[in-house]
Amino acid sequence: MNYNWNWGIFFQPNPMGTGSYLDLLLSGLVLTLETAVLAWIIALITGSIVGVMRTLPSKGAYWFGFAYVEFFRNMPLLVQLFLWFFVLPEVLPKAAGLWLKQLPNAPFWTASIGVGLFMSARVAVQLQAGIGSLPRGQRQAATALGLTTVQGYRYVLLPMAFRIILPPLTSEFLNTIKNTAVAITIGLLELTGQARSMQEFSFQVFEAFTAATLLYLLVNAVVVTGMRILERYVAIPGYITGK
Amino acid sequence: MKHFRSIGLALAATFAVSQASAQELTGTLKNIKDTGAITLGFRDSSIPFSYLDDNQKPVGFAMDICYKIVDAVKKELKLDKLEVKLNPVTSATRIPLMANGTIDLECGSTTNNAERQKQVWFTNTHFLTASRYVFKKSSGLKSIDDLKGKTVVSTAGTTNIKQLTEANVARSLGANIIPAKDHAEAFLMVETDRAVAFVMDDILLASLVAGSKNPSDYVISKDAFSKPEPYGIMLRKDDAAFKKVVDAATAALYTSGEAQKIYDKWFTQKIPPKGLNLNTPISDELKHEFAKPSDSPNPDDYK
Repeated sequence: MNYNWNWGIFFQPNPMGTGSYLDLLLSGLVLTLETAVLAWIIALITGSIVGVMRTLPSKGAYWFGFAYVEFFRNMPLLVQLFLWFFVLPEVLPKAAGLWLKQLPNAPFWTASIGVGLFMSARVAVQLQAGIGSLPRGQRQAATALGLTTVQGYRYVLLPMAFRIILPPLTSEFLNTIKNTAVAITIGLLELTGQARSMQEFSFQVFEAFTAATLLYLLVNAVVVTGMRILERYVAIPGYITGK
Repeated sequence: MKHFRSIGLALAATFAVSQASAQELTGTLKNIKDTGAITLGFRDSSIPFSYLDDNQKPVGFAMDICYKIVDAVKKELKLDKLEVKLNPVTSATRIPLMANGTIDLECGSTTNNAERQKQVWFTNTHFLTASRYVFKKSSGLKSIDDLKGKTVVSTAGTTNIKQLTEANVARSLGANIIPAKDHAEAFLMVETDRAVAFVMDDILLASLVAGSKNPSDYVISKDAFSKPEPYGIMLRKDDAAFKKVVDAATAALYTSGEAQKIYDKWFTQKIPPKGLNLNTPISDELKHEFAKPSDSPNPDDYK
């Protein structure tokens, strides 16, 4: 290897005039976290609704949930973001398309919503599996108690199902963070985007991507720890996930 | 007595030659001699410098220059046969692949600047380009000052986006600058009216315009954001013996007038695969550079 290592590069001023190269990467990290959190909120809410629909007695709701999941799950995320960002404004009426294009921070909103919807399909399947894994008696007991369908889900099924799927949800959250890296294709300069910028400006490829890797690992370690604490907090003694 | 002297001379000459060749054979040259092969790094879409034609074979202006360098290396090493291996590179992989010895020359459109000299060396400059912007004729943006308050796109991580950011502050344009992943996507942003202008090396803009649906819709600005910057063929750092051979080969090519012919082939005539014509005659700066080859990373040296 004939490579000129320079770990001091992080403390040298970046050519954009916004501090050092480290500042460049940290600004990317902040954007990664903002995108990931917004995407995760969208994924949890939409995914829960669709997941519940897939377990309802109604045939229409089931088919809607089925179509939704297959649509978002079967297309590569890269393609989806490209569609939302470049194709959607072109098929909308001209005024609406122009409004969408001129929206400030358009790449950020597109990436958050795009990644959020992609992940929501995965959350929906997880939740469906969680509800499906409950004994049939639970649903019947809720009905026998005189609870409506909504109340049955609210007080009996969902509190159980969410506890069961908490560990897989942790890995979905980690995936959401990692998937934000795809947003560089629509011009969002998140952590991966800034690492790429840094290597283009300075030619210090390995330093840039080593730093990005460490930052991703650090964030994921924080998320894993946080989710473990949450799991312990919501555990009910005597149930599957309780101790 | 006479005999002894001539034997002595012959011995001395043999010794000198063997010593010279022993001295030459270090680094890349030794490697090429040992393996009988040289590896060129090429880009897949850097038109017209280095890109794939319809047979998926890399062609282009920089490729032609690299093949001339290969001929010179073959001659220098007195090889009967020198195999040329081709290896695709991207802007992210060209440094690692150069550093670990996968490629010996990078034949593309890489800007030679002082920052990058810390990592690699470049041979004599083969092209000069300035940062300009492309816009739709209908928007009529004559000068850089017309970009005030508009949305302008450039490619992330390029020197161009840096110059655009600096001009934005220096001229208080208040333009909204958005980065794009690559040139094609940045151009798409102008095509779809997401941005009014795309700031990039003028020659890359010319090739994007030539390849677009309606080339006559687009104009490249007269105003430039920078002095002309040099493109160079990249080679490994700290390999003076190899650089000497490569520099001599490119200098001979540029000063002989043959470079002008190769230039015209790629920049003023129809090129494969689609028969585009970039219509970019040689600039005075580049003519001057070909007459007096230089590997300087400093734009001030090219006037």
